[in-house]
Amino acid sequence: MIIAVASGKGGTGKTTVATGLMLALRDSGHQVAYLDCDVEEPNGHIFLEPQCNESEDIYIEVPEIERDKCTLCGKCAELCAFNALLVTSDNVIIFHELCHGCGGCRYFCPVQAVRPGQKKIGIIDRGTAGQAVFVRGELEVGTVLSPPLVNAVKKNQISRGVNVLDAPPGTSCPAVATVRGADFCILVTEPTPFGLHDLSLAAQMASSLGVPCGVVVNKAGDSRGLIENFCLQEGLPLLMKIPLSRTIAEAGSRGVPLNRAEAGWDQMLLNLYSDIEGLIMSERAYGNQR
Amino acid sequence: MKIAVSASGSSIDSAVDERFGRCAYFVVFDEKTGDTEAILNDGVNAAEGAGIKSAGLMLRNNVDLVVTGRVGPKAMQALLAGRVAVYTGAAGTVAQTIEQYRKGSLNPLGVPNARSHNGISSTEKPVK
Repeated sequence: MIIAVASGKGGTGKTTVATGLMLALRDSGHQVAYLDCDVEEPNGHIFLEPQCNESEDIYIEVPEIERDKCTLCGKCAELCAFNALLVTSDNVIIFHELCHGCGGCRYFCPVQAVRPGQKKIGIIDRGTAGQAVFVRGELEVGTVLSPPLVNAVKKNQISRGVNVLDAPPGTSCPAVATVRGADFCILVTEPTPFGLHDLSLAAQMASSLGVPCGVVVNKAGDSRGLIENFCLQEGLPLLMKIPLSRTIAEAGSRGVPLNRAEAGWDQMLLNLYSDIEGLIMSERAYGNQR
Repeated sequence: MKIAVSASGSSIDSAVDERFGRCAYFVVFDEKTGDTEAILNDGVNAAEGAGIKSAGLMLRNNVDLVVTGRVGPKAMQALLAGRVAVYTGAAGTVAQTIEQYRKGSLNPLGVPNARSHNGISSTEKPVK
C-alpha cells in the first residue's frame, strides 16, 4: 500500500503526520517504509533518526553532440520545449540547466549525432529507522528539476507492507510526481484561510490524479468549521484533528515525533490507518460506479 | 550588416522593448539595402529559455547585431556563440534606436546585464 502525505500549503504538518503514522505502524508490527519525497528540503530524518548505510547518485540524461556526425540541421533545438539547445552556424550549444532529460533530441536526431550524457541531480540515502525502511532524496543545490529524483526515491518502495510518502508542499510537478500512483493521499491542512485555499488546490490535484484523499487538520482550534464545511461540501472525509498544542509544538521543535510527544497518538494514528484502509477498500469496490 | 532591435510592435516606429528574450517583435534593419523587416518573437511565451530561443531566431535570420536593453546570461552565451554583437541602450522607437547606434552613441555589451531567471512571471531588475 502507498499512502502519500501532501498539503498544498507548506508547514502544515506533513512530516509530523507522515513520521507519526510510520512510527505507529512500525511499532505495532507492520512492515513499513518511510520515503522522503520532499527532496528540496527533506527533514523526516530529524524525527526518525535513521541509520543510512547506502547512498546513490541520481542522474538525468542530457544530450552530448558527436560533432563529426552532426549536420547542424537544427532539429534538436526546434524540438526542445525548454530551449536547452541552440544550433549556430558551426556548433551546438547545450544549456544543461534547462534540460529536462526527456531524450527527445537523441530520439529524433536524423543522423544519430546525439548520445546520452549524464547530469547529477541529487542523491538518495537508504537505511533503516529501527525495523522500518528509510529512504530520502536530496536535490543537488542549484538544480531545479526534482521530479526525476522523486521518482528515483519512489523506486525504493517496498512491495509488501505500507509505504508512507512524505510529499513536497505545493501542487506542482514534484508534488504531482509524489502523489501519482498512490493508493491514498492524506491532505494535511491548518484551519486558516490560507490553509483552506491550498487544501482546495491539493484536493483538486489528488482528484485529477485519481487518488482518493482525506483530510487531517493540524493546529486545530476554534475556526468556526472552516475546514469542516469545505470537507462536507467536497465530500472529503475528515480523518483526524491534531490540536494546536504547546506540548506538541515544543516536541516538534526538538525533533520529537507526535507519538512521543503525548500519550494516545499511537492509537490515534493506527485508527487513522484503519480508516484509510477502509476508504481504499470502498473506493475499490464502489469507485468505478461513480 | 543586419541590425535587430527588440520592439513591442512590428514597425520601425514601434516602441522598443528592453527585454531581449520576451519582446514581441524584432525589427530588423538591413544597412546594405535599407529595408526593414519584422520578425515575430515566438519565444515570448516560452516557459524557460526564452532568451536562447530569441538568440536562435537571430541566427536563423542572419542578424549580425542586436540592439536591446537587457540580456541574461544564457542568451548572452548563445549570442556570443553565434557571433552576434550585442549593444544596449535601446530607447524610444526602433528608428530612433537605429539612429543612435549609427551615430556611435550606444555601448557594446560583453557580459550579461540581467540576472538569470526562470519563467514568464519574473520581475527581476537588471543588474547595473
